[in-house]
Amino acid sequence: MKTNTTLLITAAFIALAACSKKKPADLPPPPPTTNETAPPADTSGSSVGSTSVPGSRADFLEQVGSDTVHFGTDLYDLDGEATGILAKQAQWLQKYPNVRVTIEGHCDERGTREYNIALGDRRANSAKNYLVSNGVDASRISTISYGKERPVANGSDEGAWAQNRRAVTVVPQ
Amino acid sequence: MKFSKIKIGLLCSLAIAVPVSAQIRVDITGGISAPMPIAIPAMPTPAVSPTAAGDTGALGRKVAEVVTNDLKNSGLFAPLGPGALNPVAFQQVANPDYPYWGTTGAQALVQGFVQANGDGSITVGCYLYDIVGHQEMTRTGFVVSDLSKWRQAAHKCSDMVYTRLTGEGPYFNSRVVYVSESGPKNRRTKKLAIMDQDGANHRFITNGQNIVLTPRFAPNRETIVYMSFAGNQPRVYIYNLGTGRQQLIVNQPNMTFAPRFSPDSRYIVFSMSVNGNTDLYRVSASGGSPQRLTTAPGIDTAASYSPDGSKIVFESDRSGTQQVYVMNADGSGQQRISFGGGRYATPVWSPRGDMIAFTKLGGGFAVGVMSPSGGGEKILTNGWQDEGPTWSPNGRVIMFFRTAQGSGKADLWSVDLTGVNERPVPTPQDGSDPAWGPLLP
Repeated sequence: MKTNTTLLITAAFIALAACSKKKPADLPPPPPTTNETAPPADTSGSSVGSTSVPGSRADFLEQVGSDTVHFGTDLYDLDGEATGILAKQAQWLQKYPNVRVTIEGHCDERGTREYNIALGDRRANSAKNYLVSNGVDASRISTISYGKERPVANGSDEGAWAQNRRAVTVVPQ
Repeated sequence: MKFSKIKIGLLCSLAIAVPVSAQIRVDITGGISAPMPIAIPAMPTPAVSPTAAGDTGALGRKVAEVVTNDLKNSGLFAPLGPGALNPVAFQQVANPDYPYWGTTGAQALVQGFVQANGDGSITVGCYLYDIVGHQEMTRTGFVVSDLSKWRQAAHKCSDMVYTRLTGEGPYFNSRVVYVSESGPKNRRTKKLAIMDQDGANHRFITNGQNIVLTPRFAPNRETIVYMSFAGNQPRVYIYNLGTGRQQLIVNQPNMTFAPRFSPDSRYIVFSMSVNGNTDLYRVSASGGSPQRLTTAPGIDTAASYSPDGSKIVFESDRSGTQQVYVMNADGSGQQRISFGGGRYATPVWSPRGDMIAFTKLGGGFAVGVMSPSGGGEKILTNGWQDEGPTWSPNGRVIMFFRTAQGSGKADLWSVDLTGVNERPVPTPQDGSDPAWGPLLP
């Protein structure tokens, strides 16, 4: 399909153009270039050892052990495992009071689009509220929901769904 | 608009008012009668002339092919297209060769012509005949000045045939906005795209840099409203199809999503989450302060206006599970209407007002319809995940998207209210979140 190829090339060209600092005023602002979600399991496995910069994402993963808490189907309440992880996250955040974090809420694929956007938001806020109740200033935590748009596990089975129902605390690199 | 309907006089000197009794008709209820055989020969031209969209001879064949495809996709017709039929002489357009058409097995005949007018415009004529009764049933014609819109003339011809033979409203001359998808499941690229309802004239609106979701047409066709993750700030934006300008509708530190226009295009109803609680709000399409419509704890989302604008249908999990509710447009009188067992989501009011389409959640998702009071539930599809229904302008066909188990690949489909005529909608990449726009002029 010739026209579609042309369109794709045009779209790619626009994408490149929009990456430059001078964006057209009528487009929504492009996202910050660095603040994307990294797959948490991989980065935590890096063998940086104790050489991590204090207050960095690597340091956070090393000290806390996990940036991710999981949820039951259609649920947004925190179980004992989740509160354990979040308590350690709160301790780390109190140690580095200048670090701001974003908590991402995610869902498995078994909900409708709009509902999952709202459910992911609930999950991110559950995690946020726990950190705040453990002494982290609310102004340091922003939340974002991706609904079912960004799974970490690609399967359509219980194991994948359990991994995808999550809230991820993202510390800047 | 460069697109005007005309009375065709040039070919109808012999045309006399025809009796309307005992004419053929298509049964739309399904199950009883087979699709009606209908002949659609290539449309001749009085003189082959060049136009901005190819010569008039080639265009006449293409118009007949578009009509053939439209009528076939409706599921109500079994068309014999240009490839299967004798060519028609220009002089025969208003004077069909009934003995020949009788041999084709067709019950109805669509003839027409394409004529260059000498000023860059063309005239497309469209005639419908009853082959069995040897009668003209109706005719119409259009002057097309902007030749890039010649397909609209073909769709209007299809609409004339469809409405005359079924008694239903037209829907072929319309567009669809949707989300074009590509890439791996954990990092799908999503672009807004717009196309004719048959997949033609496809173009991308956004470049895939940001996740975009749930585009919806304004009833006035000028704008679409959608959700974008631009700047990692998921918000509702308006996009003007004429100017290409995009605009944030509510400038607040909260996520806004699931937008939809009111029938008069003046308001947008949407969801906003504040500290993890999602309620419905209404805002003027030109901006301003949003007005809160629901206050119940829980997720209130996926709102859709009734065609008269007096009511809003939406989903809420305030009872513990997702269910469908109806309220007055000011938020008063909220009442649950879904009691069929299971969970119900994404309700959309039919443009005819008589039904609400929804996604039903169980082991998978299915698309179905119910009455606005919640009765008469009918499930129309059974894929693994069939989600997000949207209505054709005449309220007879529903488009939705179907996600595949495992791969997560999604595609657009349509189904009519019988649930029998289910068809894939062609798109260049994968597709989701379709929204069927209003009839074009």
